[in-house]
Amino acid sequence: MSSERMTHLKRLEAESIFIMREVASEFRNPVMLYSIGKDSAVMLHLAVKAFYPSRPPFPLMHIDTTWKFREMIAFRDRMAKELGFELIVHTNQEGLKQGINPFEHGSSLYTHVMKTEALKEALTAHGFDAAFGGARRDEEKSRAKERVFSFRTANHGWDPKTQRPELWNLYNTRVKGGESIRVFPLSNWTELDIWQYILAERIPIVPLYFAADRPVVERGGQLIMVDDERLPLAPGEQPQMKHIRFRTLGCYPLTAAVESDADTLEKIVREMLTARTSERAGRLIDHDEAASMEKKKREGYF
Amino acid sequence: MTAKPDIQPQIEADFSAYLAAQEHKSLLRFLTCGSVDDGKSTLIGRLLYDTKLLFEDQLATLSSDSRKHGTVGDDLDFALLVDGLAAEREQGITIDVAYRFFATDKRKFIVADTPGHEQYTRNMATGASNSDLAVILVDARQGILTQTRRHSYIVKLLGLKHVVLAVNKIDLVDFSQERFDAIVAEYAAFAADFGFETLVPIPLSARFGDNVITRSANTPWYSGPSLLEHLEAVEVASNALARPFRMPVQWVNRPNLDFRGFSGTIVSGLVRPGDAVVVAGSGATSRIRSIVTKDGDLEEAGAGEAVTLTLTDEVDVSRGDVLAAAADRPEVSDQFAAHLIWMHDEPLLPGRPYLIKMGTRTVGAQITEIKHKLDVNTFQRLAAKTLGLNEVAVVNIATHDPVAFDPFADVPETGAFIVIDRMSNLTVGAGMVDFGLRRATNVHWQALNVSKDSRAAMKGQKPVVLWFTGLSGAGKSTVANLVEKKLNAEGRHTYMLDGDNVRHGLNRDLGFTDADRVENIRRVAEVARLFVDAGLITLVSFISPFRAERQMARELMGAGEFVEIFMDTPLAVAESRDVKGLYKRARAGQIKNFTGIDSPYEAPEAAEIRLEAGATAPEAMADQIIAYLKAGGYLG
Repeated sequence: MSSERMTHLKRLEAESIFIMREVASEFRNPVMLYSIGKDSAVMLHLAVKAFYPSRPPFPLMHIDTTWKFREMIAFRDRMAKELGFELIVHTNQEGLKQGINPFEHGSSLYTHVMKTEALKEALTAHGFDAAFGGARRDEEKSRAKERVFSFRTANHGWDPKTQRPELWNLYNTRVKGGESIRVFPLSNWTELDIWQYILAERIPIVPLYFAADRPVVERGGQLIMVDDERLPLAPGEQPQMKHIRFRTLGCYPLTAAVESDADTLEKIVREMLTARTSERAGRLIDHDEAASMEKKKREGYF
Repeated sequence: MTAKPDIQPQIEADFSAYLAAQEHKSLLRFLTCGSVDDGKSTLIGRLLYDTKLLFEDQLATLSSDSRKHGTVGDDLDFALLVDGLAAEREQGITIDVAYRFFATDKRKFIVADTPGHEQYTRNMATGASNSDLAVILVDARQGILTQTRRHSYIVKLLGLKHVVLAVNKIDLVDFSQERFDAIVAEYAAFAADFGFETLVPIPLSARFGDNVITRSANTPWYSGPSLLEHLEAVEVASNALARPFRMPVQWVNRPNLDFRGFSGTIVSGLVRPGDAVVVAGSGATSRIRSIVTKDGDLEEAGAGEAVTLTLTDEVDVSRGDVLAAAADRPEVSDQFAAHLIWMHDEPLLPGRPYLIKMGTRTVGAQITEIKHKLDVNTFQRLAAKTLGLNEVAVVNIATHDPVAFDPFADVPETGAFIVIDRMSNLTVGAGMVDFGLRRATNVHWQALNVSKDSRAAMKGQKPVVLWFTGLSGAGKSTVANLVEKKLNAEGRHTYMLDGDNVRHGLNRDLGFTDADRVENIRRVAEVARLFVDAGLITLVSFISPFRAERQMARELMGAGEFVEIFMDTPLAVAESRDVKGLYKRARAGQIKNFTGIDSPYEAPEAAEIRLEAGATAPEAMADQIIAYLKAGGYLG
């Protein structure tokens, strides 16, 4: 119910800022999950705006699976430093010791150990009672069902059948010890909104979003970038250079690239407008099984 | 399958103009509601499909899901596009609200697909609270059902002004105009007083697409717009900018000693530097010095904008305060009348302490009276002592501290509130303020020359409530009597409140339902507070089975003035004593709602004193309490 004089993007921006300020005011120990992707970039930018001239009153946390693109890690460290955030990096040491990787253990087990379990471990260890995530409702069907303030039990579980009613912008932030709330300030943004906002505000993003010549192998119709020597090559498989970019970023063995000439923000938005597949088509973990996202979320995945 | 529209030519022609146009599109948020099986999810699926907004991979998933879970043979089952939870796909129903996004050349849309089952009405209300328009579906074969009325009433309550009456499955009544007209007439009759600014009835078939995107040849008798045409054109702009300035303060922005700003989102009106504003609660006034944002200071800001305001004077402002136009202030009161929708299985109990969140303020509150509840089918007013799941009532509410608000009809953002259960932390109700019941600022406490401290000092003791709780027959009164005797012997000033002297007089009108038990304890707690004020050591001996009420009593007293004594006697022991023969009668079904038998006892989690009443002699327990009082300095 806001005024027509605000553009669509300004309204989304104001809504996200409101959500962030509620969290900063009402929770004891909030944290912002930073995944280094474009949505996280927008979330960071909004956090800086929300508390200006103060610095955002919470740290950033990155769950490092050790299989992120190298460029992502470099970008992460640079952004945290430039924007003055405290950065917490957490890796599941047990999983690392056991050598859990997406090739031998399958994407499902790998995601569970190195992302979901790692996240739960970190949230518990630091005692965070609220965690921001950059998920959007237009991404996927179970996300479309989730509240902006999404309650988690002390075991970090999500029960989609007993979500708290969420009326107007009166967010219920009350939790008992050990319980927490996942907060999604970008719930109402679409992928196109994100890109238009990045373009309008000139928000820095990981260079992998821009098209360039990069070494890839083709597997099951998906282009996988050879980011380091850990990617096992099948007999006869030969990485080749292609002009590619990424619409979404995750762990490099699980994130498919698209062939593209879009090497500027304008070109990316242009390409977006004519895209024929959704961004999650490039997420290999979503194809594991039906309702796979809901299942992962119930277990504590973001 | 073609998925996306071909917009290449437009983009090539003038990309920056195209982008600007995209950015300046207006946004319409709407919900679909109505009874179960009226085709809400199917309609949204149809809109997404026909506006060509589905991606190829989403279409592929849809066609494989349709084969697995579909209910329409070999066709695509559009409902599966929105029913995103596993339980929903398996059961073929919608449980929770889903949000979908689409856009046309004219507008952007966020649509909330809400469940039709009565038990999930709270999720429907969740979707409606952030919408500008409601599409209420009716199955042409079924006509208007109870759920149609319920949803329409909730839509009205939540202040929506624009409604589409979508008479769906018109193909299944042979596109009959007569049937359509009859449904429209019936609807218009019961919604006549709902104050909708637009009410547009449309005959349609979500499954086959008639009158969804384009007008259908199957309904030549219908001359109105298709659903999408109407959604693209309907004017829903609110008058938020024309209303008085309001900004609930979210966060005090204090990066260093030189800057003190108040961050929040303006919910109504406009503000400019120099404007006179008031801190609604305290009445302190000041002027706007600057409107600060990261993108630079603003000359003006209006409803919907998230800003940080600085003031010209050092006035006391904190989170929860409302900054408002000095010339047009909100009401400030600790009592108001409101409409309330109850959203939990556990009923609302008048007198029970809840929390309400209004704007950015959370305060303790009690529903002091249910004036009447409303039958959603006949809209009749019914008397009620409690309120159950999905029921709507007009109530009076009292808050612990005065709050600033406007009637919901004037400024929805400062007139809406949620009710939170203090024990479970669940959101159990949603309310809309009708009007304030009195101005808190007019009710001044009588200035007291003789204080609690001076009264207590004269008696040489620290006043305190000794609150005995436990099952019937746990030994509360026995021990409390012994304690009072010992205190009396020492020359202390005491009084005892128990069931016998209160139930027969002050609380003669109360029975033993949950609602009456809550009110019983509320009155006892208030009386105990007055006795403490008088400087007395007050012994309260009541079963007081609910944690929430004991918590309320505790909060009424000052720090250190409330000592909870838990008579921890096992049910078997208490029942074997059965001094008054009550357990026997309860077991025989002659007494209803007996604590421990068919009504719960919630044991204290952190009582100051816990007595194992089955194992220790009463005399020893009384000594233990006296020792506690001495150690705490209560006896001078």
